[in-house]
Amino acid sequence: MQKPRLRLSTVLDHVILIIGSLFMMLPVLMLLQMTSMPDLVNMKNGPGLSFGSQLDDNFLKAMLKADGFAGANTGLNMLWNSLILGFGFAIGKIVLGMMAAYAIVYFRLRFASFAFWMIFTTLLLPLEVRILPSYEIVQKLGMLNTYQGLIVPLIASATATFFFRQYFRSIPEELVEAARIDGAGPVKFFFDILVPLSRTMVAAMFIIMFVYGWNQYLWPTMITTDEGMFTLVRGIKQITQMLEGNQIPEYGRANMLALIAILPPVLIVVFFQSWFVKGLTESDK
Amino acid sequence: MAQVTLSGITKTYPNGVTAVHPASFSIPHGEFIVLVGPSGCGKSTMLRMIAGLEDISAGDLHIGARLVNHIDPADRDIAMVFQNYALYPHMSVRKNIGYGLKNRKIPQAQIDQKVAEASALLNLDDYLDRKPSQLSGGQRQRVAMGRAIVRDPALFLFDEPLSNLDAKLRNQMRIEIKALQRRLGVTSVYVTHDQVEAMTMADRIIVMNEGRIEQIGSPSEIYHSPATTFVASFMGAPPMNLLHGEILNGMAQIGDLRLAAAPKAASGAVVIGLRPEDITPDAAGPLMLDIALVEELGAHRLLHGSLLGQPISLHVSKDIAASTGPLRASFKPETLSLFAADTGVRL
Ligand SMILES: Nc1ncnc2c1ncn2[C@@H]1O[C@H](COP(=O)(O)OP(=O)(O)OP(=O)(O)O)[C@@H](O)[C@H]1O
Ligand SMILES: [Mg+2]
Repeated sequence: MQKPRLRLSTVLDHVILIIGSLFMMLPVLMLLQMTSMPDLVNMKNGPGLSFGSQLDDNFLKAMLKADGFAGANTGLNMLWNSLILGFGFAIGKIVLGMMAAYAIVYFRLRFASFAFWMIFTTLLLPLEVRILPSYEIVQKLGMLNTYQGLIVPLIASATATFFFRQYFRSIPEELVEAARIDGAGPVKFFFDILVPLSRTMVAAMFIIMFVYGWNQYLWPTMITTDEGMFTLVRGIKQITQMLEGNQIPEYGRANMLALIAILPPVLIVVFFQSWFVKGLTESDK
Repeated sequence: MAQVTLSGITKTYPNGVTAVHPASFSIPHGEFIVLVGPSGCGKSTMLRMIAGLEDISAGDLHIGARLVNHIDPADRDIAMVFQNYALYPHMSVRKNIGYGLKNRKIPQAQIDQKVAEASALLNLDDYLDRKPSQLSGGQRQRVAMGRAIVRDPALFLFDEPLSNLDAKLRNQMRIEIKALQRRLGVTSVYVTHDQVEAMTMADRIIVMNEGRIEQIGSPSEIYHSPATTFVASFMGAPPMNLLHGEILNGMAQIGDLRLAAAPKAASGAVVIGLRPEDITPDAAGPLMLDIALVEELGAHRLLHGSLLGQPISLHVSKDIAASTGPLRASFKPETLSLFAADTGVRL
């Protein structure tokens, strides 16, 4: 058997990787440590190295306790709202992007490329830039504190359209022609051929968009004033605000909420990982 | 029955390129016709117009008695096999073959039966539940064939279906396709740039060049009496020798070398065509060749050299000793082709 040789480059690679992952993981581990300790200990000593027994208590508190007037912003409720935002955002973007790309790539529209570039330029106008007019429109439509108000204005953007357009253009023309000869009209072609072919792409888009939607902060903060509509990312802020009060701050609960807020995107990424890589690299056509 | 008639079919692309100049011919029922020509000569364009994938700029196309110029590909009663197979990657072989039937709302039981028949015919029974990515190139092409035959079309269209396969498989599939077409008796148009495929498969060959039809004829006509110098040089490997000469006093000659009697009306500069295998070494022959290179092909040898300063090749059997240097040879006068030097048209 060959003796495994320790090469300098291998060692270096690993050192860099280990440092990188520590850099990413340490804050999470710190959250975990702090949420396992009683709040008083955290208050006195700050983060430490010992692991306490408060995980379950803090979990229950984080999930069930509300601290607004109405008592509607329990962790469970915020988790639900976040999920709706994440799924609504991802699904909405994918459906819209796919349909727009389908029209642009496969139909001889007079202004197809003009339309595409119009959509493309909206990349230069993220929500933050147009937040005041967007807010005004949503407010005038009476959609403040609704899921539609939360999701719809975020959906219209170019990224998904762009990715699907590139993907559709890489599908061989002959496949389209074979389908035409096989008698598949535009709708059949879309659902029977294009959608199944794009499934890895859809999965990749779904991950990116779900995480993106889940992590939205500014828009939910503006659009939701009703506690029952808070999302996790927005709601954590509400809790940390109390750190400035004069009671013992609920470090354990806030940190647990932060952990819960991290978890779903992580699960989605882990679950869809292989699809994700396939969608962005493989061309199985 | 499914006779296909093209009258003045023309294709001008929106960018002004005329890919097919007015073409007229008809294909009787059951004939296997091969469109052959160099790359870019408009073969695919012609085929795609017949399929309905490309609009016809001018002219009429009839399949059977029906004018189909403005009929959708799905309703033209045709089936097409593509070069890169164009199978649906996410569907099993079974679904791929049955997809067209499903779209025609044919009952599932009947689809199953048709798929089973086609798969038995094409030896695909073991692969019906696989995805195309799990098949070899030859198997994929058979699936594409299956997709075509289940539809019982009036016309098969093939666009270079074998050019993605390796040489051995290509020979085998060539024979399979031809046998299948014979058996089903379906009119077929087959595009290729491979002259071996053209010669072996075709009932009739159409040779195209730069969007124009140069000649339509049986493989033997095309080979032995090419209508133009283009056809003469395109078909055959190595191609026909084309020697510059002239007609003097009713004799075609190169310099002082008199070769054969010419048609009466002809005169002036001509191109003289001689197939390499129609020239044989002969100590008493009239041709004085200077051989510069001997190519060994196993069963044959190919000699390259010159005749009166013009390049010439000949094909000799392996029994004849060959070496470079001077060689005398003869030919049969009736194998000689004469073309007008200016137009390239056969005299
Ligand atoms: N969509 C198009 N727009 C403009 N010109 C085209 C288009 N498609 C083909 N052509 C031109 O038409 C001519 C014939 O093309 P065609 O594809 O029919 O050639 P071909 O004989 O099939 O060649 P090959 O053997 O390479 O497949 C070419 O000169 C090509 O550049
Ligand atoms: Mg072609």
